[in-house]
Amino acid sequence: MIHKYSMNGYFIVLDVNSGAVHIVDEVVYDVLDQYKKTDEEKIYDKLRDKYSHEQIAEALDEINELVESKMLFTEDIYEDIIPLINRREPVVKALCLHIAHDCNLKCRYCFAEEGEYHGKRELMSLDVGKKAIDFLIKASGKRKNLEVDFFGGEPLMNFDVVKGIVEYARSVEKENGKNFRFTITTNGILLNDEIMDYINKNMHNVVLSIDGRKEVNDRMRVRAGGQGSYDSIVPKFQKLAESRNQTGYYVRGTFTKHNLDFGKDVMHLADLGFRQISVEPVVADSSEDYAISEGDLPVIFEEYERLAKEILERRKKGQWFNFFHFMIDLTGGPCVTKRLVGCGSGTEYLAVTPNGDLYPCHQFAGREEFKMGTVDTGVVRPDIRKAFEKCNVYNKPECKKCWAKFYCSGGCTANSFNTHGDLITPYEIGCEMQKKRIECAIMIKAAESEK
Amino acid sequence: MKHVKTLNTLQTVAKGGCGECQTCNQACENV
Repeated sequence: MIHKYSMNGYFIVLDVNSGAVHIVDEVVYDVLDQYKKTDEEKIYDKLRDKYSHEQIAEALDEINELVESKMLFTEDIYEDIIPLINRREPVVKALCLHIAHDCNLKCRYCFAEEGEYHGKRELMSLDVGKKAIDFLIKASGKRKNLEVDFFGGEPLMNFDVVKGIVEYARSVEKENGKNFRFTITTNGILLNDEIMDYINKNMHNVVLSIDGRKEVNDRMRVRAGGQGSYDSIVPKFQKLAESRNQTGYYVRGTFTKHNLDFGKDVMHLADLGFRQISVEPVVADSSEDYAISEGDLPVIFEEYERLAKEILERRKKGQWFNFFHFMIDLTGGPCVTKRLVGCGSGTEYLAVTPNGDLYPCHQFAGREEFKMGTVDTGVVRPDIRKAFEKCNVYNKPECKKCWAKFYCSGGCTANSFNTHGDLITPYEIGCEMQKKRIECAIMIKAAESEK
Repeated sequence: MKHVKTLNTLQTVAKGGCGECQTCNQACENV
C-alpha cells in the first residue's frame, strides 16, 4: 500500500508498510497512478502527451528499483505480531489519578461536566492515592518505568494530596525496582510561585490549559460567574514555561466550530512566548453548537495547511516552536508494537476515580458498565481488559485498510465509543483530521530536508 | 536517483516491544 499527495509544491509518496517517505517529481507521481494497475505499454500510452518516452522510462526504472529495495509497495508483515503482543504478561504501567472531581472553571466543552464525571463533587483522599500507587507497583510486573498523571477536574484543588502521593511513591519506588514519572494538568487558576516551584521539582511534564486568543479562550473557559480566565492565567503560564526552560510542558488548547481559524490561536500562543504548543479539535455531541461536523472539514484542512506553511516560515526566521500534532519522527519513532496498540487504555493505562474505582481511561470514568475494579480489589473485570486488548489496528476494519494506521495507532477508543457505541469503529471526523495532520507533518519534514 | 529523493528507509520489529516507553510519534530510545 502506498499513499501519495501533493502539498506546498511537494509531491510526496509514503510507503505504508515500510514507513519510507519519498519526495518525487511529477513524472514519478503520475506514473504511480498507473503502476501495478496496467502494463508498461499502456503507461507510456497514457502519459506520452505529457512526458517524453525517456522520462517515463527513467521513472519506471526508479520505481522498480524502490520496489526491489522494499521501499515501495512493501508487503504488510506486522499482523503476525499481534498474537505475540497478546501473549505478553498483562500489566498496568500507567495511571491517571482523578485527584479532584471538582473544578473552579465551567468550560463549556468539558467532557467531565464541571469536573464531576457524571457523579458528585469529590476529592481523592491520600489513603486512596497510596493504594493506587501500591496497586500500580503490584500490577506492573517486570516493567520498570511507571507513569502517574494527576488529572481532574482541577488537580490543584487537592494539591496537598498530590504532594502526599508523590512523597509516598518516591519512598517505595527503589525498594520495588520502579521509576515513577509524574505529570499534572492544570487550568492555572490556583497556580502560584510555591506550586510552580513544587511542579518544577517533581513533575516530568505539565499541561497548561489555554485555548489561544483572549476572546476564544474566554468564550469557552469561564468561571462560575461567567468571567473569562485568560487574564488570570497567561502571566502565570508564561512564568512557568520560562522557569522550565521551555521544555517539559505544553500549553494545550481546544478548538471548536467557533474558531476554525485556530491557526491564529497557535500563532497567538507562540507570540506569547510559548514554545511547546498543542491546539486540538473538540470532540462533542453533534447537537452542541460548538461541535465540529463533517461540513467543517474542508475549512479545517485549509487551516492545517496554512499553519504548516506558517510554521515553516517562522522556523526560517529562527522563530522555532513545537506544534504537538505536527510532531513526527521519520528516522526512529515508536516501535511497531507500540504503533499497533496505541495508548494502552484499558490494558496498560487505567484511570482511578477519587473513591478508588478503576476505569479504562479518564474518558470512561463514571460509566458504571466500564468499571473494572477498585484499588483494593485490583482488576476484577478481565473481560473489559480483553475487549480493549482487541483495539489494535488489525482488528478495526476501517483502520486495517488505512494508510495512516502506523501513525495514529487506531485513534481514541473513547471517541469510537462515544460516536458509534462500540470500541473499534473509528470516529471518522477525527480520522480525517488526523490524516491531514500527518500529511502536513511529513510535508514539513520534506521542506526541512532541503536546507 | 534523478526523480526520487528518499527521506528514510518500521521493519523496529526485532528491537521493539519492551513496553518501557511512556504510556493518553516520538523516538524510542530503545529502537
